[in-house]
Amino acid sequence: MTKEIIIAGFGGQGVLSMGKILAYAGLMEDKEVSWMPAYGPEQRGGTANVTVIVSDEPISSPILSTYDVAIVLNQPSLELFEGKVKPGGALIYDSYGIMTPPTRKDIHCYRVDAMDTAAANNMMKTFNMIVLGGLLKIQPIVQIEGVLKALKKTLPERHHHLIPMNEEAIRKGMEIIQEI
Amino acid sequence: MAEKEITLMKGNEAIAHAAIRCGCDGFFGYPITPQSEILETLAELKPWETTGMVVVQAESELASINMVYGGAACGKRVFTSSSSPGISLMQEGISYIAAGELPALIVNVMRGGPGLGTIQPSQSDYFQACKGGGHGDYHLIVLAPDSVQEMADFVDLGFELAFKHLNPCMILADGVIGQMMEKVVLPPFKPRKTDEQVAAECPWATTGRKGRKHNIISTLMLKSEEMEQVNLRLQAKYKRIEETEVRYEAYHCEDADYLICAFGSAARIAKKVIEAAAQEGIKVGLLRPITLWPFPSQIINELSKKVKGILTVEFNAGQMVEDVRMAAAPGTPVEHFGRLGGIIPTPDEVVNALKTKLIK
Repeated sequence: MTKEIIIAGFGGQGVLSMGKILAYAGLMEDKEVSWMPAYGPEQRGGTANVTVIVSDEPISSPILSTYDVAIVLNQPSLELFEGKVKPGGALIYDSYGIMTPPTRKDIHCYRVDAMDTAAANNMMKTFNMIVLGGLLKIQPIVQIEGVLKALKKTLPERHHHLIPMNEEAIRKGMEIIQEI
Repeated sequence: MAEKEITLMKGNEAIAHAAIRCGCDGFFGYPITPQSEILETLAELKPWETTGMVVVQAESELASINMVYGGAACGKRVFTSSSSPGISLMQEGISYIAAGELPALIVNVMRGGPGLGTIQPSQSDYFQACKGGGHGDYHLIVLAPDSVQEMADFVDLGFELAFKHLNPCMILADGVIGQMMEKVVLPPFKPRKTDEQVAAECPWATTGRKGRKHNIISTLMLKSEEMEQVNLRLQAKYKRIEETEVRYEAYHCEDADYLICAFGSAARIAKKVIEAAAQEGIKVGLLRPITLWPFPSQIINELSKKVKGILTVEFNAGQMVEDVRMAAAPGTPVEHFGRLGGIIPTPDEVVNALKTKLIK
């Protein structure tokens, strides 16, 4: 199994850290992983994206032309990556940032209204985990236990009390994702 | 057990961790994207409290390389890191270190130039690293890592080669390898050398006279006859290095019809290209130079006789391709494909280049 994933959105949405947690979760499950950010001078705002590969085989290129899954959290990212999803692949988007929804018929399109859900449930800090939950529902690339282990590993101990909040967000994302 | 732990980190972070673990005595550097995590990680790990390794954020790249010059002259394992424009600033010092026949490690995490350029990844400092970026007839030993694991492994290797040959060594990486995270097994801890060990192993070092004759490190020779002797000694050393230190990876080369020659992250992309080409029934191999100097000319010459053509893939306008052309058997088609200014070619683009430039 090899899953080639692009996660794209605005800087500050937690795109890079979502990718990092996914990669770490892969590591916890003894898979091969790579995490390649498109880095820029911006800290917040601007566009951010990260390519994450989780595989049972050694990974050749961390840089890809096409993806099994694209997660797009704003309009520019949708425009950039909709065409780069492999036929039969999956596109996940949050309708909050999207004015013109995807149009391709040869891929599976999913909507995860993470921003609205986060705002309604006082979960803004775990917005990206809602999106990750959506991904894991449709593509169980890693188990939720792997993600929790990854959070434990990457978060400093003083933040470990926040892990249940992240788990709740992941489960929320699993509930609200829907195929279009 | 903890030492063998598999962990996930950026290439830049791996360099910092590896340096502390391989008995490094000092780091002197100035921040620049895309390699600032090296200094940041060292500052975070505070090795001065554990191994005693010194970490200095110098006032400039010029100061950094001259601090390295001083540390190396004392027989210490010292290194600096920077990215392209910063490495340009260091060239005078690098030439002096080469002339002084001192061991030192320089890390260049390349970004797009010329000029202040872009912060995005590039491989456009190949000429500078391999053909003598500073003045005079000298060579650096140049290592080109293609993974986070090699970023970690080449720190110790670089120091070992530098001390073995008394010659500065460069790790020539790029923004991709510096910024990406991959699995890595960090090298085991080895202690820093004691003053007694340095004095015994580096009889040339300025360790304090203590009754022996003075050790003087100087690169000024006003008599041409003396300077020629220095140069002849250097050239004899470079010949020895060329004969003994060539390193490369040959991947799927056994029955390849076409050969890609690429280093660093371009070689990673090439491996994806090989997978894609194989699905179309095109047999492509990869020759990845691990040492860019000394260059693996002989194996390229041998392989060139078995394939229909060679494509070099570089994030530059065609630099290593010159060495590949010189190495390949006469008549071998050798083409170049690259993207410039910080743009990374995608695997699809390389497949297309292979078809349009070589297979036709």
